Amino acid sequence: MVAMIRIEGLSKSYGEVAVLRNCSLEVARGEVVVICGPSGSGKSTFVKCINGIEPIQAGRVVIDGDDLPSKPAAAARIRSRVGMVFQHFELYPHLTVMENVCLAQIHVLKRSRAEAEDKARSLLERVGLVDKEAAYPGQLSGGQQQRIAIVRALAMDPLAMLFDEPTSALDPEMIGEVLAVMLELAREGMTMVVVTHEMGFAKAAADRVVFMDRGEIVEVAETRRFFAEPSSERARLFLSRILAH
Amino acid sequence: MTGFDFSVIPNAVPFLLQGLGLSLGLTAVAMAGGMALGLIIAIARLSRFRYLAMAAALYVNGFRAVPLILVIFWFYFLVPLLLGRPVGALYSVLIAFVMFEGAYYSEIIRAGLKSVRPGQWQAAKASGMTYLQTIRLVVLPQALRKMAPLMVTQGVVLFQDTSLVYVVSLHDFMTSASIVANTQNRIVELYVFAALVYFALCTAGGALAQRLNRDRHHAH
Ligand SMILES: Nc1ncnc2c1ncn2[C@@H]1O[C@H](COP(=O)(O)OP(=O)(O)OP(=O)(O)O)[C@@H](O)[C@H]1O
Ligand SMILES: [Mg+2]
Repeated sequence: MVAMIRIEGLSKSYGEVAVLRNCSLEVARGEVVVICGPSGSGKSTFVKCINGIEPIQAGRVVIDGDDLPSKPAAAARIRSRVGMVFQHFELYPHLTVMENVCLAQIHVLKRSRAEAEDKARSLLERVGLVDKEAAYPGQLSGGQQQRIAIVRALAMDPLAMLFDEPTSALDPEMIGEVLAVMLELAREGMTMVVVTHEMGFAKAAADRVVFMDRGEIVEVAETRRFFAEPSSERARLFLSRILAH
Repeated sequence: MTGFDFSVIPNAVPFLLQGLGLSLGLTAVAMAGGMALGLIIAIARLSRFRYLAMAAALYVNGFRAVPLILVIFWFYFLVPLLLGRPVGALYSVLIAFVMFEGAYYSEIIRAGLKSVRPGQWQAAKASGMTYLQTIRLVVLPQALRKMAPLMVTQGVVLFQDTSLVYVVSLHDFMTSASIVANTQNRIVELYVFAALVYFALCTAGGALAQRLNRDRHHAH
C-alpha cells in the first residue's frame, strides 16, 4: 500500500542552526498521527516542510506517490491538496467568511463562484457556522475562526490535513468545539498529522504518536503503547511533565 | 508701490488655473505611475532571486540619493537621446517624476507588504496560491490599508515638488504665479495668494491622510 505521506531523511536548518535532523515518517491513508514534544523541538517546522511552505535542505517528501518538487508551480499544485490549519487561524481579515473559504477554490482549483459557494455552505453547515458566512473574521470568537479555518482547508478536497497546535491559542472553553470537529474528521477517515499538546485528543483519535526532541524524531509508537510505556527516556520525562498539568 | 491691490488676482485666474492644472495633473500621473512602478520594484526587492532584488535596491537607493531637480534635468536631456527624437519638456518631466516617485512609493509599499504577518503569507501559500496571487489577493489588500495615509502624504510632498518643473520652462502653479507677480509688479499679492492655495490644498491632503489613518485604526 502506498503511504499518503512519506518523509525520508528530512533535514533543515536556518543558517547555521540545524532545526530538523534526518527525520523520516510514513503516514498511511486514513491514519491520524499526533506529534508532540517540547517547545522548540521542531514540530512546527516539520509540519511546514511536509507541504513545502518551508524549503528543505536534504531528504524527500512524497505525497500520495508524488514527490514534492522543488519547482514552485508544480509544488503549488500538490500543496493545494494538503490542507493546513495554523495555531493563529490565519483567516484573511479583509475578507468575509464566505470569501475566505472560496478564495483558493476559485483562484487555485479554478472552480466557479457558484460551485465554490455551494461547497463552502455545505461545509459551514457541518461545523454549525452557516449563519456566519457574511461575517468578517474579526467579528468571530477564536473557536469559530478556527472551525472556519478548518472548513477553508477542507473546501480544497485535501488528501491530508496538517494541524499545527490548532487549539493552543484558544480560550479553554472553546477548545472542545474545535477538537470535536477534528475528531469527526478523523472518524471519517481523513489522513491527519496533528501537532498538539491535547493528550486527550491523542488518546481518542490518534493511531500513532510521534515524539520529537531537538530536531529529531525520537520515538514513533502506537498510541496506547506510547502512553502506557514510552520506550525512550526523553518521552517518559516529557509525558510525566505534561500529564502532571 | 503704495498699498496692496489684490484685484490683479481675479484678472490672472485663467492663467493661474492653467498652472494649477499642470501641477495637479503632474501629481496625479506621478502618483498613479509611481505606485504602479513602486509595486513592481517592491516585489522585485522582496524576490528570492538575489540579483533582481539587488537591482531593485540599487534603483531605489540611486534615485533617493539625488535631488529631484537633477532627475528632471537628466530626463530632459536623456530621454530625447535615448528615443532618438525630441519628446518635449512635458513628457520628459512626466517620465522623470514617475521614475523618481516610483523609488519612494516602492519603499512605502515594501514596508506595507512586510507588515503583513508571516502566517498570512504561509496560509495563502499552503492553499496552493502562487507568489503573485498571494500578494494580489491576500497581502496587498491588507497592506493597502496601512499604506494609504503614507501614500497621500507622499502625494502632498509630490504636489509641492511640481514647482521644480520651472527648470525646463514648464509653467506649473508656482511658476505661473511668479510670472504674474513679475509682469504685473504685484509680488506680495501673488506670493501671498500662492501660499494660501498651497496651504489649502496641502492641508486638505493632510486631513485626508489623517482620516485614512483613523479609519485604519477603527478597522482593527
Ligand atoms: N524562521 C526561523 N529562523 C530561525 N530559526 C527558526 C525559525 N523558525 C524556527 N526556528 C527555530 O527552529 C527551532 C524549532 O522551531 P519550531 O517552531 O519548529 O519548534 P516547535 O516544536 O514548533 O516549538 P513550539 O512548541 O514552541 O511551537 C527553534 O529553535 C526555533 O528557534
Ligand atoms: Mg510550534
